[in-house]
Amino acid sequence: MRPAGAGALAETRDLVTNFYTFEGVVHALNGVSVVIRRGETYGLVGESGCGKSVTVRSLMRIVQAPGRIDSGAILLFLNDSDQGAGVEILERTETYMQSIRGSDISMIFQEPGAALNPVLSVRDQVGESFRLHRMEQMIDETLAGLEESRRGMRSGSPRRLVRALQGALLRAESRGFKRFAAAVSRIDAELAQLESRDEAAARIRREALNDARDRARPRGGASAVARRIPLLRRYRRPLDATIRRHVVELLRSLGIPNPANVAERYPHELSGGMQQRIVIAMALACHPTLLVADEPTSNLDVTIQAQIVELIKDLKRSTISSVLFITHDLGLVAEVCDRVTVMYAGDVSETAAVAELFARPLHPYTQGLLASVPKVDQREELSMIPGAVPNLIRPPEGCRFHPRCPRRMEVCSREKPPAVEHLPDHWVACHLYPPAVRKAAAGGTT
Amino acid sequence: METSADRRLSAAHPRLKELLFTLRRFLKNPLSVIGLSLVVIFGIIALLAPVLAPPKYPDPFRIPHTGFRIEPSPPSAAHPLGTMQQQYDMLYGLIWGTRSAFRIGVFVVAANLLIGIILGVLAGYFGGAWDEIIMRITDIFFAIPYLVMAMALVVAIGRGLKAVTIVLIITGWPSYTRVLRSDILVTRGRDFIQAARASGASHLRIMINHILPNAMYSVLILASLNIGTTILTAAALSFLGLGSETGTADWGQIISLCRNWIVGAPGNRFAYWYVVFIPGFVISLFVLGWNLMGDAVRDIFDPRMRRR
Repeated sequence: MRPAGAGALAETRDLVTNFYTFEGVVHALNGVSVVIRRGETYGLVGESGCGKSVTVRSLMRIVQAPGRIDSGAILLFLNDSDQGAGVEILERTETYMQSIRGSDISMIFQEPGAALNPVLSVRDQVGESFRLHRMEQMIDETLAGLEESRRGMRSGSPRRLVRALQGALLRAESRGFKRFAAAVSRIDAELAQLESRDEAAARIRREALNDARDRARPRGGASAVARRIPLLRRYRRPLDATIRRHVVELLRSLGIPNPANVAERYPHELSGGMQQRIVIAMALACHPTLLVADEPTSNLDVTIQAQIVELIKDLKRSTISSVLFITHDLGLVAEVCDRVTVMYAGDVSETAAVAELFARPLHPYTQGLLASVPKVDQREELSMIPGAVPNLIRPPEGCRFHPRCPRRMEVCSREKPPAVEHLPDHWVACHLYPPAVRKAAAGGTT
Repeated sequence: METSADRRLSAAHPRLKELLFTLRRFLKNPLSVIGLSLVVIFGIIALLAPVLAPPKYPDPFRIPHTGFRIEPSPPSAAHPLGTMQQQYDMLYGLIWGTRSAFRIGVFVVAANLLIGIILGVLAGYFGGAWDEIIMRITDIFFAIPYLVMAMALVVAIGRGLKAVTIVLIITGWPSYTRVLRSDILVTRGRDFIQAARASGASHLRIMINHILPNAMYSVLILASLNIGTTILTAAALSFLGLGSETGTADWGQIISLCRNWIVGAPGNRFAYWYVVFIPGFVISLFVLGWNLMGDAVRDIFDPRMRRR
C-alpha cells in the first residue's frame, strides 16, 4: 500500500468498481490507487475504456447503475480539520456527498452540448450551483441590498415598502418556515405605525400585506408547495436578481463577451466553445478545491481547445487548488499537468511527474504509448501497440497488459504486479521492476 | 425587415418578450389558430349555456322534450336543430352537452396525467422493483380491450356520468405512465443529469428541475390529444347505453338516442339525416379542435422547437 503523500487532497486506495451488466460483470477498476496532491494539476491518461472516467465518478460517488464500488477506500482531505485521517467518503451519507459535489469537488464534462440541460437558460443553469451551495450567502446579500432601501422606508415610498416586505419574507424563509407568519405580523404592526399620506402607498401596502398573509397562512407542506408556484414567488425576485448578478459576474470573469446577454440564452443557441465555458462556469461557481476535467477539450476544435486549456490553467493559478485532468491526449498532458498517472484496462500502470514520465517511461505500456505519438520530424513509420484493449468481463489474468506486452515474462500471466517506487516519486506496476530491484536501483542512484 | 412591433419588443421586459414571441409563433400557424378557436368557441358555448338554452327543469342537464312521439322531427322554428327520439330538443342537448364534454374530457385527462406522471416517475427514475411492478400492471391494463374493460367497470360501479368519469380515470393512465417512463429512461442517461448529480443536486431536484421538463413533452401532447379521445370513449359508453340516463345532456347520450334512426326510413335513407349528421359533426369539431391544440402545445413548450 502506498502512503498518502504530504499534502494529499484526495486519495483512492485499491478501488474496485464493477458494472453488473447483462453480459456479465465488467471489472472496470481493478484496485486503483491514486493520490491527488494539494495544488497540483494531476493527469489521468489512458485509452478509451481504461477506467479514467470511472475512477473520477467513483471519487465523486456518482457511478451510474449498474455500476457499483465494491471495495477499496476513497479519502478526502478537504480542510485542515480532517487533514490527519481524511474523510472516508464511502462511509458518508448521500446528503453529505451532495453538499460536497459541486461545492468542494466539481466536474467539467466531456461533451459540453450534452452536459447542459436544453430546457434551462444559462442563467438558471449556472445559478443552480449558487442555489444548491450558496443559498445562505445569496439571501444575506439580497437582504443587505433590501436593507438599504428599507432605510428609505420612512419616506413612505410605496415601492420601498414593498421591497422592505420582500426582505422580511426572505429573511423569514431563510430562518425556516415557522417564522414566516410571525415575520408577516411584525411587519404589519410596524407598517401600521407609519403614517401614509399617500393614497397609492396605502393601497399598495394593503395589497402587499394581503399577498404576504395569503402566503403565510397555509402551514407546512401546503405552503412549501404553494411557494413553488411561479406567481406566488414574486417576493423572491430580489433573490433571483442577486443570483443573476453573480452569474453574470462569473461569466464575465471567464472572459465570455456580453455576459448579460449570454445569461438569458439557451444552450443550443451557443457555440461549442461557449457551451464549454458555461459548463466550466457551472463547475467554478462555488470555488471548488478540486476541479475534475473529464476530457474537457476532446470535442472542440483546436483553437477553442487552446483557449479552454489556457482558461483552465489561468483558473488553476487564480482560484482552484487542484485540477484532475482526464485525457487521452499526451500532448495536452505535457502542457498542463504536474503529475500524471497512466491507466490501462482498470489498472494503474505508472505514476510520475510529467517531465520524469516523458523522459524515463518505465512501464512497457507507457513506452508503447509514447512511441505511438506522431512527431513533427518523424520520417519512419509510426509504431503501435499490437492487439486491442481486453474485454473487461473476462480480463487477462495477472497483469492485464501481458497479452500485448513486448517484454512479458512467465510471471506476468499469473500475478498482478504491485506498485513500487522504482525511482524517487516514480511509481510503476510491472514485474520488470520487483520491489527488491527497486532497492538496488535506489541504492545505485544515491 | 424590422417592423415597429419588433422595435417595441426589443425594449420590453424579457419575460414579456418571450411571451409575445410565443404568441406570435402560435398565431403564425393556421392550424393551431383553428384548433384554439374551436376549443375557445366550445368553451364559450359551455360558459353561456344558461343564456343560449335556458333550462326548463331544476336540473339543467335534463333535456326538455315536447311530447313522447318516437319519430325525430326535422329542424323547425321551435327546434332549430330538430328533435331526437321522444322529441328531446337537439340544440339544448348539444349546448349543455358541451359542458358535460368539458367536464369529462378535461377532468379525466387531468386525473390521468397526475396518476400517469407519479407512477411514470417512480418507474422510470427509481427503476428496479417499482419499475417491474408498475409496468406489469400497465401490461395487464393493455391486455384487456379498452372498451370492454371500461364497460365491465361501468357495470360494476353503476351507470351514470360519474361512473363513466371514474372508469375513464382508472383505465386511462397506463399509456401516460408508459410514455413518460420511456422518456425518463432516455433523459436519465443523458450527460446533463450526471452533470446535475456532480454539482450536488438531490434526486428530487434532478427529477423536478432536470428530468421532468425534458421528458414531459410527449405526455403533454398525448394528454391534449387524448381529451378528444376521452370524449369519444365516453360517447361510446353512452351510445352503448352504459353512460348517462336517457335524456341527459351528454353527446354520447344524444347519439344513443339517435342510433335507431341512423339507417333512415325504408326508401329514404336520409330521412333522419339531422339526428346523425348534427351531433356527429359537433363531436368531430370538438375532437379536432383539441387535436390541433395538441400539436400547437408541442411547438410552444419545447425550446428546441420554438427557435426554428
